[in-house]
Amino acid sequence: MKTLQHIGLSLLLVGLAIFTILPFVGSYELNAEKFDEIVKNKGIKSELFIEDLKATTVDKEFSNPFSFSSNITTAIADANEKHKANSEWDKVIWNKPHSFSYEIAKDVGSGPVKEHKGLFWFLTFGLGIIGALLFIIPQLYLKPIPGIKNNGIWLNASTNRGWIAWFVFVFLVGFYILLYFYPDYIVNWTYLVDPISQSISGNLASQWFLYGFLYCTVMTVMAIRMYIKYRHNKYQMLRTTSVLFFQIVFAFLIPEIMVSFEMPWYDFKNAFPLDYDFFFQWNLKELINSGAIGIFILVWGILLTIVVVPVMVYFFGKRWYCSWVCGCGGLAETLGDPYRQLSDKSLRSWQVERWLIHGVLVFAIIMTGMTLYAYFTGADMILGIKTQTVQDTYGFLIGSIFAGVIGTGFYPIFGNRVWCRFGCPLAAYLGIVQRFKSKFRITTNGGQCISCGNCSTYCEQGIDVRAYAQKGQNIVRSSCVGCGICSAVCPRGVLKLENGSDDGATRHKVPEVMLGNDVDLFQMLEDNK
Amino acid sequence: MEHIVIIGNGISGVTAARHIRKLSDKRITIISAETEYFFSRTALMYIYMGHMKFEHTQPYENWFWKKNRIELKKGYVEQIKDASKELIFVNGETMSYDKLIIATGSKPNKFGWPGQDLDGVMGMYHKQDLENLETYAPNNKVCQRAVIVGGGLIGIELAEMLQSRDIKVTFLVRESSFWNGVLPAGESEMINQHIKEHHIDLRLGVNLQEIKADENGKVKSIIIKETGEEIPCTVVGLTAGVSPNVDFLKTSNIEIGRGVKVNRKLETNVPDIYAIGDCAEQHEAIGNRRPIEAVWYTGRMMGETVAQTICGNPKEYNPGHWFNSAKFLDIEYQTYGWVFGERGRPDYEQHFHWKHPEQHLCITIAYHKETNKFLGINTFGIRMRHHSFDTWLNEGRSVAYVLEHLADANFDPEFYKLHEKEIVAQFNKENNTNIQLKKRSWKRIFQFS
Repeated sequence: MKTLQHIGLSLLLVGLAIFTILPFVGSYELNAEKFDEIVKNKGIKSELFIEDLKATTVDKEFSNPFSFSSNITTAIADANEKHKANSEWDKVIWNKPHSFSYEIAKDVGSGPVKEHKGLFWFLTFGLGIIGALLFIIPQLYLKPIPGIKNNGIWLNASTNRGWIAWFVFVFLVGFYILLYFYPDYIVNWTYLVDPISQSISGNLASQWFLYGFLYCTVMTVMAIRMYIKYRHNKYQMLRTTSVLFFQIVFAFLIPEIMVSFEMPWYDFKNAFPLDYDFFFQWNLKELINSGAIGIFILVWGILLTIVVVPVMVYFFGKRWYCSWVCGCGGLAETLGDPYRQLSDKSLRSWQVERWLIHGVLVFAIIMTGMTLYAYFTGADMILGIKTQTVQDTYGFLIGSIFAGVIGTGFYPIFGNRVWCRFGCPLAAYLGIVQRFKSKFRITTNGGQCISCGNCSTYCEQGIDVRAYAQKGQNIVRSSCVGCGICSAVCPRGVLKLENGSDDGATRHKVPEVMLGNDVDLFQMLEDNK
Repeated sequence: MEHIVIIGNGISGVTAARHIRKLSDKRITIISAETEYFFSRTALMYIYMGHMKFEHTQPYENWFWKKNRIELKKGYVEQIKDASKELIFVNGETMSYDKLIIATGSKPNKFGWPGQDLDGVMGMYHKQDLENLETYAPNNKVCQRAVIVGGGLIGIELAEMLQSRDIKVTFLVRESSFWNGVLPAGESEMINQHIKEHHIDLRLGVNLQEIKADENGKVKSIIIKETGEEIPCTVVGLTAGVSPNVDFLKTSNIEIGRGVKVNRKLETNVPDIYAIGDCAEQHEAIGNRRPIEAVWYTGRMMGETVAQTICGNPKEYNPGHWFNSAKFLDIEYQTYGWVFGERGRPDYEQHFHWKHPEQHLCITIAYHKETNKFLGINTFGIRMRHHSFDTWLNEGRSVAYVLEHLADANFDPEFYKLHEKEIVAQFNKENNTNIQLKKRSWKRIFQFS
């Protein structure tokens, strides 16, 4: 069994290595005919840009995407600079340079990957999946008795911020930077999933399709790991199934299928303000122009945030969303599970958390307010600040850097819920409801806590669960996503996630039995306050 | 300002300090020779197993003590001069006190076995024991086999620890079945099976004859008394219970039995000196309890009680209903009220035992043969609500009432399969009763008195 695991690990690493070198494979050649076509289709009026590319790029072969892309993005930048200086606004190319370059590269790239999409899919995704499963499934036989399996977590360099963790960190951060900011470098990766994309929506794969497919694949494989690790715990089994279902069906399949029917791409479970561009002008326009389905989405999106989310949080706590439905949560609970112990539990980090997450919520609300003001009045500025600038800043800082690069890239260093804990505006909103008006709490079982610290250590949200449990106090915290792991790892059966009653007394009160003292002593404690 | 000095920074001493601080402005000093800061002793095993790092076992961040003006002193007290209210440290330093709380906990028992002080022989109680184990049993190449002597809670934890590093374990238990001095037969037998299922070499009904050394004074093997069998090993864990850590008091005027003798107010015979936690021994046992209770929970309660007394509200230690918990490898155990094993079981105590046909789940309910009054419950693999049982014990409920409302007491995570129906059905069948299980009611559950 150990040998199988070693073979699996090797296959996984080979798959990852091939995946990593793919961007360096193949060649890119933009011929004159194609270039004219692009100029025509894109309506490009900048003669500077056209001349520049004709001189440097057209009809030349490039052996990697970097210099190819660099020529295009530099040409755009140079041309725009001069046009802007001359106030030739109609000639400025407003497209994002790397997205523009991506479209060309995707079209004109050639080489083994594009020619053998299936083969290379197998050598990357295929080997990765087989390798990971060969590593994961033998655990069933190596540890045949169900129960908590946390042995060696703090002794292993991949899960204790050791060298493997730092290596994974660099890899993930690099991946996210390429995905968000340099899609033109990774066209070869998108070729791998073209056939799958075409079979679902009929379109070639974008970098977002690649990401969606990769996301589902990683979650599925790591969900199998969850099923094996927590097979004694039905709450974990059901929760894992739920996040997997919502990711694959709601976040991946339905939107792609909708696109194939010429409907807008929409993830029905992605609630504003996590879905921060829901009220952006372009989205509202697209929805309104999409007929009945567009209007339905618009109404649903608003209802989801204003009615469904708070009502569900009242009955079940924010867990119904954060650890049963949400895609970010879904990745955190599958790929991120090996890293949950890395979250910081200090009081200091809790203080930082409250400022940051509520700050992002305020940012999102102000931005949306400006956006709607702009939409209804047509004014693109408020108090001298351009709405567009605010949107771009949010998209870059929060949408890309915080949620993606830091949110997932930092899993091996800061734990798996960095985004959900410090950044997600929806989590902040749900948290406020959960803290002040909800039936949900984690009940502490009387005086049974032995202060061992497993609950706090394995809380991905950095809640010092023990601080409450050892006092016999229930845990009512806005940040709790109800993953249930504190309860699972507790060796003494002290913690239970419950939807009890919402009245303050039973949610917060410490009943006098708690420390096992007789009633009189507690009465006296009260009298002496 | 009155100076309260506490010797020992375990759960008892630290609880006392925290509550004295809550209730007063007195100067507080905690002395420990073991660690700088309070940590949870019960979590030591998880450090070796790699579930946690040492800092995770510290319930309070390091700034906590200064913020709450609790002074921490690292040092080993050698002598107490009660006439001058002075402590003498082993390095010659002194410290004066106005009131002194002795909370020095326990030490592992050693019964004079030949070889008990060799290199590689250790208990599993102090942080230093953990460091020792890390030296002598870092992996299964350095330590191919370890022998554990003594079948209690620490013994089985040590076995689990060594297992986590794939070190082979032989577990010597004096009793004929694991922990059967406390557990009823069916439960004890289930744990025997579970230990073997984990490939731990469990030897029941055997004693240690001697520990043999190699030429360097390190453990080489042990001999079993009953069979004379020699088992090669490099580590021996002595886990045959603990006794109060009170040797340093023998030169003082404080009355010592097995532990520090205290009255119900936790006062010793010397004024202004108190003793709490594992090291305290009641003159007379309280109810069914033992005079010395080496349990986390009772240490905590004594800490709270003594804080009241010291802060001007003289208070007797009056623990509520007995409760305890443990985990045997993968099986969780909780108990509320009294359920006796074969030893010391009163004549009136009747048992109802239910066991799941396949899984390691079982409960034993004890009740009075004549009055049917509910006395206590042991539960394995099923979590139960402390509050429910405490309430029922307070109210003196009958076994029928408890079974009828058993669903209220379930504390397993949501979606777990519930077994109350089977339990009640079996009771009805065995006793010709017609108890109807009621549905869980939040209203009843949250009725805090």
